[in-house]
Amino acid sequence: MDEARISRRGLSPRLWLAGGWLLLALLAAIFAPLIATQDPLAQDLMLERLPPFWLDGAEPGYWLGTDSLGRDLLSRLIFGGRIAFIVAFAAASAACLIGSALGLIAGYFGGWADRIISRVVDVWMAFPPVLFAILLVAVLGTGLSSVIIAIAVIDWTRFCRVIRAEAMSQARMDYVESARIAGYGRTGIMLREVLPNVLPSVVALLSLEMGIAVIVEAILSFVNLSISTDDPTWGGIIAEGRLSIHQAWWVLVFPLATLILTVLSFSQFGEGLKTRFDPVLR
Amino acid sequence: MEPCLEIRCLSAVLPNERRVLRSVSLAVQPGEVRALVGESGAGKTMIGKAVLGVLPKSVRIVEGEMLIEGEDLGRLDAKARRTLIGARTALIPQDPLTALNPSRRIGPQMTDRLVRILGWSGEKADKRIRQLLDEVQIREPERVLKCYPHELSGGMRQRVLIAAAFAAEPRLIVADEPTTALDVTVQKQILRLIAQLQRDHGTAILFVTHDLGVVAKISQKVSVLYAGKVVEEAQTADLFASPQHPYTRALIAATPRYTDPYASLKPVDETVLAGLADEIAAADRAWRPSHG
Repeated sequence: MDEARISRRGLSPRLWLAGGWLLLALLAAIFAPLIATQDPLAQDLMLERLPPFWLDGAEPGYWLGTDSLGRDLLSRLIFGGRIAFIVAFAAASAACLIGSALGLIAGYFGGWADRIISRVVDVWMAFPPVLFAILLVAVLGTGLSSVIIAIAVIDWTRFCRVIRAEAMSQARMDYVESARIAGYGRTGIMLREVLPNVLPSVVALLSLEMGIAVIVEAILSFVNLSISTDDPTWGGIIAEGRLSIHQAWWVLVFPLATLILTVLSFSQFGEGLKTRFDPVLR
Repeated sequence: MEPCLEIRCLSAVLPNERRVLRSVSLAVQPGEVRALVGESGAGKTMIGKAVLGVLPKSVRIVEGEMLIEGEDLGRLDAKARRTLIGARTALIPQDPLTALNPSRRIGPQMTDRLVRILGWSGEKADKRIRQLLDEVQIREPERVLKCYPHELSGGMRQRVLIAAAFAAEPRLIVADEPTTALDVTVQKQILRLIAQLQRDHGTAILFVTHDLGVVAKISQKVSVLYAGKVVEEAQTADLFASPQHPYTRALIAATPRYTDPYASLKPVDETVLAGLADEIAAADRAWRPSHG
């Protein structure tokens, strides 16, 4: 039994792979100026549409080739990662905080609090999320903080629904009743008894939401509604790559692959963490 | 002597005004075990929950008084009531699987209540918990205190819960079918343990069960419940020797016996049930006028 427990406590391949990719991407983003071989904004029309390094005509120092303006693709991807991660962490944390708090209150207290919060969630979810985001950014104006606010404002409902359901099922457990009998206050029970038991779900959702935030940011960049067009973003690079797909496929394929890998890693990392930290599954 | 728990004429209704408790009266003397017996839905658990102040929101108490050591719960404000219930009562729950917080270790979970609610020092609480774990015959207290609930068996968890219930020296414990969720082999040990601790600590117990065998083993007095109404109340020995109410007789007859394992089970007789229905209806008619 001890052996089985050790193996389950150890990192699963899923956590390893997902965590490894995220760490790599995060470090690259943080140390972008040191790692990037070129200035991501420097145009050089002599070097336009260079292929990636293993194809004929590649230039050393431009590992993944260049786009139609001669900018280095790898450097742009690395700098784009900065924005992706900032948005992922900030927007997902904000959505998590708002959504989990409201979900916990609705699920544990029930009654009026639950009815009001649940109706708001229902109304919220009737809005098509991407259009809602575009509308919000149009109102708030483009820029990093508007993108973050837009994503948080749209996606808090995801946390709210899941955490509400979890809190409700926990609130029915006998240990919550025992705490009532012992004389604990309601808020205290919510924070000390219920919250720790919904935390694994919060963590999993948080990670998943980071992936979703990366996608939404990419979509907003794709339709040119994210931050200023000067800064490289994954969505922006994809939009440019789409225009030159027949001449330079790599400009579309590499950022897409990066995006997919990152989003997938976020969701898998979250699931892996949940399994690892859930006291019952562990 | 002042009863440890006294319930006078307690009635509770559902939102549709149907009564789930019908003028229930009973008293538990200090150090006495009072069994509450009845079939599922008879309101046994409801009485326990009412005493502990954790009735579901849909159930409303419409008349009656509950006194814990002479203090009328109805006259106290919500906070004082919680404090009183927290200090003088405890619960041994039915299902040990959900009665412990899965994300906290046993040790802190047990001491927390003593420290936070009763204001003991951490050291005193810790000592007390170890003493209780010893009393419920847990042999490796060090290991158990560091465990998460899911790392313990059902029987072990129920021992922990019994220890936790007795730890704060409550005057009254509500035991809500504490052996129902356990293996038959473990049931007997747990029952013996509760009886042992009850004698040692002199705690009064309101023992909710549907098992007459358990009633005979543990209680001094028993109330038989049907549809939220006490149909018979007696000393346990008298109840088994000469049951007065036909329903009680039918219940005792329906208990399977080891001496004749192949005998078919006897359901409660139709005429008995019809008689009970009349009795309930009459009680409701008598009750209605004063409450519109």
